[in-house]
Amino acid sequence: MPAVRRRAFHALPVRVCHWINVLAMVGMVMSGWGIYNASPLFNFTFPLPLTLGGWLGGNIAWHLAVMWALAANGLFYLIWGVVSGHFRQRFFPLSPRAVGRDLGLALRFRLPHQLTEYNAVQKAMYLGVLLCGVLLVLSGLSIWKPVQFSGLVALFGGFDFARYVHFFAMSGVVAFVVIHVVMVLLVPKTLPRMIIGGGGEEPSNER
Amino acid sequence: MSDKNKPSKIILEPDQRKQLVNLERRFLLRGGLTLGAVAMLSGCNLQDGDEVDRVLWAMSHWNDRVQAWLFRKDKLAQTYREDQITRPFRFNAFYPEYNVPDIDIPNYRLEVSGKVDKKAPWTLEQLQRLPQAGQITRLICIEGWSAIGQWRGIPLKTFLQHIGADLTAKYVGFKCDDRYYSSIDMATALHPQTILALEFDHKPLPPDFGYPLRLRVPTKLGFKNAKHIAALFVTDQNPGGYWEDQGYNDFSGI
Repeated sequence: MPAVRRRAFHALPVRVCHWINVLAMVGMVMSGWGIYNASPLFNFTFPLPLTLGGWLGGNIAWHLAVMWALAANGLFYLIWGVVSGHFRQRFFPLSPRAVGRDLGLALRFRLPHQLTEYNAVQKAMYLGVLLCGVLLVLSGLSIWKPVQFSGLVALFGGFDFARYVHFFAMSGVVAFVVIHVVMVLLVPKTLPRMIIGGGGEEPSNER
Repeated sequence: MSDKNKPSKIILEPDQRKQLVNLERRFLLRGGLTLGAVAMLSGCNLQDGDEVDRVLWAMSHWNDRVQAWLFRKDKLAQTYREDQITRPFRFNAFYPEYNVPDIDIPNYRLEVSGKVDKKAPWTLEQLQRLPQAGQITRLICIEGWSAIGQWRGIPLKTFLQHIGADLTAKYVGFKCDDRYYSSIDMATALHPQTILALEFDHKPLPPDFGYPLRLRVPTKLGFKNAKHIAALFVTDQNPGGYWEDQGYNDFSGI
């Protein structure tokens, strides 16, 4: 092996935030499904084993406890991502044309997985789930405190509409997670890299 | 209370009912935690419901403090037009509609106690002679649904001033003729939109919506809007509430 300095692909803050986020998101989604069941927006409810807290009071207690972990983690990640240049390096440049091209390749299974850089579809997905996260927090605040944050509620088009925004942002995150996990199953070597950081597994005879 | 001597329509005694609900809650909470633990952290021991319970209660108390800090005494809840009122307005209680209490209206008295100067009970007529204020506001249930209604009654602040309440005390508590009980913090009690409602939709409060007197507080979740109020008291000790004592967040401001 050539003596190449192995720089972690995923910096430590990314990995720590990622796994805290996994726990916080699972807690938020499961308790949130329990809350949804108390007054469903659509013609279905979530099965009890997929909810957290057992009864409405328990669901809410979990939801409003875990939200602090989610918010603190998310805020740290957003600030770190902007300040460190992480977002700029990883998610940009990004053009609709590139997304279209890579999506076409991906659907024909012709898009090779690069370990050192995200393709345009990945970039769009990661930016999309970040946007869903921001929408979740803002619509969540609107539902939690519609009187104190009345401006935010107006921005979402009223209390009832904010509930739908919250639901669809959650659905966006869950859809992302499903695709994300399928991708990890298809390219399993990405998993240890999100735990230990990973290095240049690529043939690295060039520096 | 006016229905003291009447046979109850609710079959279980209050203590039995409370025990049953608590047992149910405990079982469900444990069940939920265990399943959650399996799904979330299969290696960690989240099976000890009491320990997790303690953390959840502590977080809930922390959320009370944050909400009290967020609460602005001059921030008004949005008001709506007559044509935006939800019709029919939804019945909601911890018992089915056929268990709405019968109240002996001619003998009704609102009892007043705690940190107040004048502890004389109030008749409905006396209450009706106090200054009234109306509002069309949205009632938001902890379950997520909401409904816009029209209420009219005595601003609670006005009433507290009439009875010489200590406005520096921490809580105002309510005992109800349907065995419900609840309480709000003093800051919310003094909010201009917090009223002791006597009317719903321009008519005396119907039985379903809490006759003859209910709390209408548009800056709190629905379960804080105690119906069929029989007694009001001012205190520094948190009186808790029917749902609050089972785990619903105590402040529950919106």
